[in-house]
Amino acid sequence: MEFIDELNQWPKERVQALLDEVTLEDVERALHSEQSSPRDLAALLSPCARDRLEAMARKGRRLTRWHFGRTIALYAPIYLSNVCGSDCTYCGFAARSGSKLKRLTLSHDDIRRECEALSKRGFEAVLLLTGDAPRVAPVSFIAEAVGIAREYFASVSVEVYAMDQADYGVLCDAGLEGVTLYMETYDRETYAKVHLAGKKMDFGYRLDALERAGKAGARRLNLGALLGLFDWRLDGFWMGLHARHMQHTCWQSAIALSFPRLHHTPDRFKAPCLLTDAELVQLMLAMRLFLPEVGFSMSTRETPALRDHLIPLGVTHMSAGSSTRPGGYATSGDETLEQFAIEDHRTPEVVVEAIRRAGYDPVWKDFDHAFTGGAVIGRNVSRR
Amino acid sequence: MTNDPLVIAGRTFSSRLLLGTGKFPSAQALREAIEASGAEIVTVALRRVDLSKPDDEGILSAVDPQKQLILPNTSGARTADEAVRLARLAHAAGLEPWVKLELTPEPRYLLPDPIETLRAAEVLVKEGFVVLPYIQADPVLAKRLEEVGTATVMPLGAPIGSNRGLKTRDLIRIIIEQANVPVVVDAGLGAPSHAAEAMELGADAVLVNTAVSDAVDPAAMGRAFALATEAGRLAYRAGLGPVRDTAEASSPLTGFLDA
Repeated sequence: MEFIDELNQWPKERVQALLDEVTLEDVERALHSEQSSPRDLAALLSPCARDRLEAMARKGRRLTRWHFGRTIALYAPIYLSNVCGSDCTYCGFAARSGSKLKRLTLSHDDIRRECEALSKRGFEAVLLLTGDAPRVAPVSFIAEAVGIAREYFASVSVEVYAMDQADYGVLCDAGLEGVTLYMETYDRETYAKVHLAGKKMDFGYRLDALERAGKAGARRLNLGALLGLFDWRLDGFWMGLHARHMQHTCWQSAIALSFPRLHHTPDRFKAPCLLTDAELVQLMLAMRLFLPEVGFSMSTRETPALRDHLIPLGVTHMSAGSSTRPGGYATSGDETLEQFAIEDHRTPEVVVEAIRRAGYDPVWKDFDHAFTGGAVIGRNVSRR
Repeated sequence: MTNDPLVIAGRTFSSRLLLGTGKFPSAQALREAIEASGAEIVTVALRRVDLSKPDDEGILSAVDPQKQLILPNTSGARTADEAVRLARLAHAAGLEPWVKLELTPEPRYLLPDPIETLRAAEVLVKEGFVVLPYIQADPVLAKRLEEVGTATVMPLGAPIGSNRGLKTRDLIRIIIEQANVPVVVDAGLGAPSHAAEAMELGADAVLVNTAVSDAVDPAAMGRAFALATEAGRLAYRAGLGPVRDTAEASSPLTGFLDA
């Protein structure tokens, strides 16, 4: 079954009814079931489960340790371009966001400088990002960037526009490990309201994108909803189903989730459904109990204090020392447009210390070029 | 136990407990666990280490090459080609030509792919590697690998990290009965009693990781596993009495024959 068909079986009225029916007994059952059903997921996402958050946290920590041990993998984003042809009302990169700041696409040399700077800080895993601008940043450009980044890092992933399976194949051939792509929201109505231009308006094409990436050979598929656009309990429910669907269809890929909250938006947009910290924690724990073997990525969108508290609550990957503007590590300053303001400005060293203090081992390298086609000759390793 | 060494590919080890090095909270905790467990073979995921860089705080810094053999493993590999490439890279970087084949194409339960494992074993044995394959508890596959020339077989007790114990007991018993190479029970052993059970059954060694790395005190748990492994081995050598469902009848049914 296609995921769209599965999603169609769970319209919001049906999910809402399920959430409304939940009793404390259902939450208990969900807490103790070994194979969670969609009904269990709804129970864990319901307002009723708020009272059992501590029990969920304890189970969530235990499940995460079973599958990932006491380790946190580190990564950093590299923005290749902030040019964007889409018009997503919540995004700082949107063509009509109102910003007069500089638009920029990195040259090969610029990309090398960014890689060099991050490699010196110890990173072995990077996420390459662009806006939704296939004309300025075509697949061939992204593939070249993957090839360059591979000279410096063990693992290279991308967070770019949705593309065809053959194009994902080109990136995998260039040495790509993973693809991150957020559905933003699974609610069609909201999706249509916030995506006003470009190919991104096509809900179905985006919904299937990660599956195409998996079929093309991407080994890590990271999905997520942009939290704040729509009711998090419903989006969380659909995201859980999506992740489980991906586990079945792309059974050779590791599935991961992110929980980006829309703290910062351009002036024209105000997030209608922002989550409190407690709600974010409940969402993460519900996902952990429903999907015990799924990785969780935590970006610098959240504050240092919250990030540190979240470490034992299911997080497996953290970014650190991030910049969200192209050239942000080596060449660009405040004059260049960033996608969003980050909350955690600590250096990687300080984040590493925080991870250690929490009793976890910071992991820099968790992938090898041997998985994507052998060693890179003349690898540019900048020593820490 | 000095009279009862474990021999793999002609090399002698006095400990029958192998230790995995993943999932530990720090290199220090790992170092202490290795020490306390007395393990002489420690397996290291090649994807986690960079053999071209000096390692002052990572996994390799916790291993003493004088006391422990580093057994590189191919975890994360999905195909024979990937595993073979990893093994060659590790050897080229200076590690001994030993490799634990872990071909786990699905990331959820990390169950081994028998077809790719056999293919990789064929290639690597021909190239002179000492190959220790992680496998399902499949007696026929174990014999096929033995024929290819692997140094051991390493059937799983339960999925990696599950702590569920010897769920595959009946099949492992058949593998042990038929094996001409050492049988190392790998994965799923969640308590020292599980390790003792595998050794009592006649396994030549056990490999543990999560049960030790996830313990509140990894070093103490490492020691507990060492003792259990030794106890299980001693019991096996001493000859365990049969388990009876009922008491032995006091009036034998065949007693009349002596009358």
